[in-house]
Amino acid sequence: MKLSVDGLLVYFPYEYIYPEQYAYMLELKRSLDAKGHCLLEMPSGTGKTATLLSLIVAYMVEHPETVRKLIYCSRTVPEIEKVIAELQNLMVYYERHCPNPPPFTGLVLSSRKNMCIHPEVSKEREGKAVDGKCYGLTASYIRERHDMDAETPICQYFEGFSLEGKESTLPVGVYSIDDLKEYGRSRNWCPYFLARYAIAHAHIVVYSYHYLLDPKIAQVVSKEMSRESCVVFDEAHNIDNVCIDSMSVKINRRTVERSTNALNHLTKLVQDIREEDTNRLNEEYQRMVQGLKDASVQRDTDMILANPVLPNDVLTEVVPGNIRNADHFLSFLRRFIEYIKTRLRVHHVVQESPAGFLKDISSKICIERKPLRFCAERLSSLLRTLEISDLTEFGALTLITHFATLVSTYTKGFTIIIEPFDDKTPTVSNPILHFSCLDSSIAMAPVFSRFQTVVITSGTLSPMDMYPKILDFDPVVMSSFTMTLARPCLLPMIVSKGNDQVTISSKFETREDTAVIRNYGQLLVEVAKTVPDGIVCFFTSYLYLESVVASWYDQGIVDTLLRYKLLFIETQDNAETSYALMNYVKACDCGRGAVLLAVARGKVSEGVDFDHHYGRAVLMFGIPYVYTQSRILKARLDYLRDQFQIRENDFLTFDAMRHAAQCVGRALRGKTDYGIMIFADKRFSRHDKRSRLPKWIQEHLVDSFCNLSTEEAVQLARRWLRRMAQPFTREDQLGISLLTLAQLENMEQEKLERQAQGKQGVGGEVQEL
Amino acid sequence: MTTSSEDVLLQMGEVRYKKGDGTLYVMNERVAWMAEHRDTVTVSHRYADIKTQKISPEGKPKVQLQVVLHDGNTSTFHFVNRQGQAAMLADRDKVKELLQQLLPNFKRKVDKDLEDKNRILVENPNLLQLYKDLVITKVLTSDEFWATHAKDHALKKMGRSQEIGVSGAFLADIKPQTDGCNGLKYNLTSDVIHCIFKTYPAVKRKHFENVPAKMSEAEFWTKFFQSHYFHRDRLTAGTKDIFTECGKIDDQALKAAVQQGAGDPLLDLKKFEDVPLEEGFGSVAGDRNVVNSGNIVHQNMIKRFNQHSIMVLKTCANVTSAPSTMTNGTNNANGPVSQSAYTNGMNGKAQATATKSSADQVDKDEPQSKKQRLMEKIHYEDLGDPLLEGEDDPANGEKAKSKQFELSKVERYLNGPVQNSMYDNHNDPMSLEEVQYKLVRNSESWLNRNVQRTFICSKAAVNALGELSPGGSMMRGFQEQSAGQLVPNDFQRELRHLYLSLSELLKHFWSCFPPTTEELETKLQRMHETLQRFKMAKLVPFENRAMHELSPLRSSLTQHMNQLLRTANSKFATWKERKLRNNR
Repeated sequence: MKLSVDGLLVYFPYEYIYPEQYAYMLELKRSLDAKGHCLLEMPSGTGKTATLLSLIVAYMVEHPETVRKLIYCSRTVPEIEKVIAELQNLMVYYERHCPNPPPFTGLVLSSRKNMCIHPEVSKEREGKAVDGKCYGLTASYIRERHDMDAETPICQYFEGFSLEGKESTLPVGVYSIDDLKEYGRSRNWCPYFLARYAIAHAHIVVYSYHYLLDPKIAQVVSKEMSRESCVVFDEAHNIDNVCIDSMSVKINRRTVERSTNALNHLTKLVQDIREEDTNRLNEEYQRMVQGLKDASVQRDTDMILANPVLPNDVLTEVVPGNIRNADHFLSFLRRFIEYIKTRLRVHHVVQESPAGFLKDISSKICIERKPLRFCAERLSSLLRTLEISDLTEFGALTLITHFATLVSTYTKGFTIIIEPFDDKTPTVSNPILHFSCLDSSIAMAPVFSRFQTVVITSGTLSPMDMYPKILDFDPVVMSSFTMTLARPCLLPMIVSKGNDQVTISSKFETREDTAVIRNYGQLLVEVAKTVPDGIVCFFTSYLYLESVVASWYDQGIVDTLLRYKLLFIETQDNAETSYALMNYVKACDCGRGAVLLAVARGKVSEGVDFDHHYGRAVLMFGIPYVYTQSRILKARLDYLRDQFQIRENDFLTFDAMRHAAQCVGRALRGKTDYGIMIFADKRFSRHDKRSRLPKWIQEHLVDSFCNLSTEEAVQLARRWLRRMAQPFTREDQLGISLLTLAQLENMEQEKLERQAQGKQGVGGEVQEL
Repeated sequence: MTTSSEDVLLQMGEVRYKKGDGTLYVMNERVAWMAEHRDTVTVSHRYADIKTQKISPEGKPKVQLQVVLHDGNTSTFHFVNRQGQAAMLADRDKVKELLQQLLPNFKRKVDKDLEDKNRILVENPNLLQLYKDLVITKVLTSDEFWATHAKDHALKKMGRSQEIGVSGAFLADIKPQTDGCNGLKYNLTSDVIHCIFKTYPAVKRKHFENVPAKMSEAEFWTKFFQSHYFHRDRLTAGTKDIFTECGKIDDQALKAAVQQGAGDPLLDLKKFEDVPLEEGFGSVAGDRNVVNSGNIVHQNMIKRFNQHSIMVLKTCANVTSAPSTMTNGTNNANGPVSQSAYTNGMNGKAQATATKSSADQVDKDEPQSKKQRLMEKIHYEDLGDPLLEGEDDPANGEKAKSKQFELSKVERYLNGPVQNSMYDNHNDPMSLEEVQYKLVRNSESWLNRNVQRTFICSKAAVNALGELSPGGSMMRGFQEQSAGQLVPNDFQRELRHLYLSLSELLKHFWSCFPPTTEELETKLQRMHETLQRFKMAKLVPFENRAMHELSPLRSSLTQHMNQLLRTANSKFATWKERKLRNNR
């Protein structure tokens, strides 16, 4: 349908529209008009992606000067592919129905692992291996060597691309990963580099968060994006963690050992080179003297990671004298590593600020802050000079130099924690140095300042006031939409006690209580008896899952459960879990029904949808608080309290509830879908927890559902399921939760009239008075 | 008389038959006995004729073996080895075991057909009745019956027998019981054994390898129940456990499957992350991988639960494999393009072997199915299909078909095991509430009578009630309802059977129209004759009997059936006439 959103003509590729989609468009348009950032929460399964895409594309058509580009970031590869598929739908719709369809190019960028078409390299399964092999075939000096000696293997696709592809532009269209591969094959061009080049002038780019948030990658990939862009972060409920992870470093003994080895290797290489060809080293030295830091390097294939710090913080000075010479630099590094080694030799936990660390290092081994800041750059320059093709060996060393650069660049918002052993095994010495980012706004800040509109959206962003605080930005629009429903297709319940009236809770004191575990088990068995098809259960942690399953086996609950449904369990091995998951889906498909036990915060809870019969009920066993004894977390909490005035408890609850909402939200993926959500913990019924659930869940969580026993909950579920099993047609929804164009226009008209009448009415009253 | 073509598998001397001494021969296709000093075979039974063999109980002085034939006759052989009881037993057992091996081969061949037919009849009471009514009364011949009327049943039973699924909890259902003296007793049924074998092929293989040769059946299962295999929380026991190997085999199979990866890109967790963090980066997320709970027993158990569920699921693999195979529809369209692209990509290195191109084809399939999955995921049923006219999705038409579940007794499935047809179930709270609500609403309106409303005048209402009461004019037509009480039960049953048979025959009769082929015409002819026969053999006697015994009803019982027959006859007559005219 073609609809008018506040005067903007939007092509929406469906015949019907949800009312909340329309409301979402209105808010989004307001924020685009204001050229500001926004925070929007809309329940999963209400067509967020289609809404976003159709509005922003329409806006780009209408106001080509204001918004030139759409950068759509999502989290997982399947999500990204879904976005591209929706975009393809939209563009086909434009072609068919728009008199002059916009000549937009949209494409996806993914890692080499997903895009490589080289017959041998693409066989590798690990992303790192693909990157390494690709580098080995495409690095600039390898290609130079190939010019002299035809025996050196190179990648024909890359050669093809660099010969003809760089100048040409991609024909108009929307390209998914497979389309790019296909196109690459037909042209004999490398799809990865094709995409890397094309994103600079494409109108719509879809890629993963990291390409924008991780400074190491962003600098290489997303450098030339114009300010007139609209950036969308979809599924953004965990965005702060992504920011933090990209700037935190962990160093353990193995890292140190491996970097020492790498360093020895480097030293030897430098010596070898000196003997045969001193020129190269001299050249490099000269370059540094002249301040041409990277003159030769801007070759896209040389994929040594860019500087780990944000572009604004990179020093634009000449590399300091004491590390210009390769030998000097290597001995400098050696000293630094030795220092870290001594620091790891601790017997008790040490926590200090970066400033303190720098002071200590300067007093102990006389290393100043400035050369440290250049460490990462200096190493990458050296690796390039030495023409090293296999970079995997130098991973640990790169990590150390990144640490050096980060620690010397940022004195605020970071902390250093050295733990001599793991808390669970205090006897085994396993020292780890955590350099941890505490402030998620550091990585986010450049994105907010660089682009005029940043949209942060997800199905679960509640409580929404937290995000502007922790990401440190001022949204012009902040809105949460509920789901209009023609029938109550979700049934949230809080089960607080078992049939024996024992309070169930995963809180620390009662966690190992057999009565609680048994009651959890009975709840699951009862639900398995009642609910058809798939059931998903989330536990607060993997450890808890393990111990509960073991107790359930001893108590015979597993056997009872197996009588009703098959049982699959998430493990710590991704491959194994994927296989179990596949079988879970199979079991649901063939009508056998299955139970999946998974972990909140785990891979399953983040990326797999359990729509329709794959998840008719979700059980959340306990509140998924993060492991509160972790020192990193404590440091972060302290920081948040001091900097943003966020109370510890508030943050912890916020974090727990967003994960809980994320878990239970997995079951509902649309208005025709239906699912039971059971929160099995007494504490959920407290106001501070309940009020932090997304609005669309809260709405259905009436007071009488908040303190149920197992039996009561099952009773309710039974009745509700019977209702849901009735046929549900589009006609039932029309006018309530689904609108035709005419209905939408009517609604708008009425609204306008009401507004007008309201004004008149007020006026009338005044007159009468 | 033993022909040379027959191999004598076993020759057993000193066997007495009907008090005569002689030798027993166990041959390829029969068992024979020859009296001493003669060269003619006195007794000879083909294996195909033998139903079972029986042996004398242990401890009896006479050591005998009896062969029971299908026709009920028996032959008893008495083993009389001079070396004593033990030798006699040994002789007998030799024969017994050999026969045991040989007999099943023949048994199946012989009356599979008959047995099947018997089984079908037993399983379908309706069909049995039809058989009784039509074949036994010689309305139809048996062959005809099986060929036309019971064809569906026969085909269904023979063609695809429904596999019985494996319950997930079959191991748990083997409840151990204490046997009173510090031991456990497990009750194994053949069903459970079947389940175990089906789910754990490795155990089946072990059983096959070990059972007759190395240990007895009971020993095997004892070992099984002691093994870690059965007790999922146990770690691998010592090397003595014969099931250690089974566990290893299973583990390997699982590992291989895991390596192969999940076929579905939306489920493959490994491929979720686009750009994984560099090693060493990351804070909180990282320690999830590193920290291991250390409780190997628990982890092992979890692994086994997964494994068990996967194996159980595998037993119905043929059901589930269907959806994963994707259609090739669109592939043909872009097949040539991609093929040329591929060779293009390989230019310079002409090594595009057949295997490679086929592998390439597989690669091509992948995006196709992936795309379809994605489309499924972004499809909102209520928003409608994306409005992209002209784009026909060929994959949509050919939805992968999975095997349908067929119910032998539909009512039982729908009603559940406890069926109480006498009472309406009022324990449905919803409907009860609804009913109450409606009642309340209705009664409310009774009170506030509206003047405007037009009521029927009370006189008319009383009249109408009178007409509707027994004896009233409106009730006159319903007298026949009481036929149910007038007609005795046996008549009713017979009538029902008659209807059943007749409608079956008519079904086939009418299915011949229009008779376009030669075959159909002959069939029509035949069916017509059958109908006539049916009328003579079944309907007329019934009518006569009804005349006698149920005089008030007389012919009204069979009125409808006669009408049916008449219609068929007249149709047949017109057809015949027209045919004759055409031929002329």
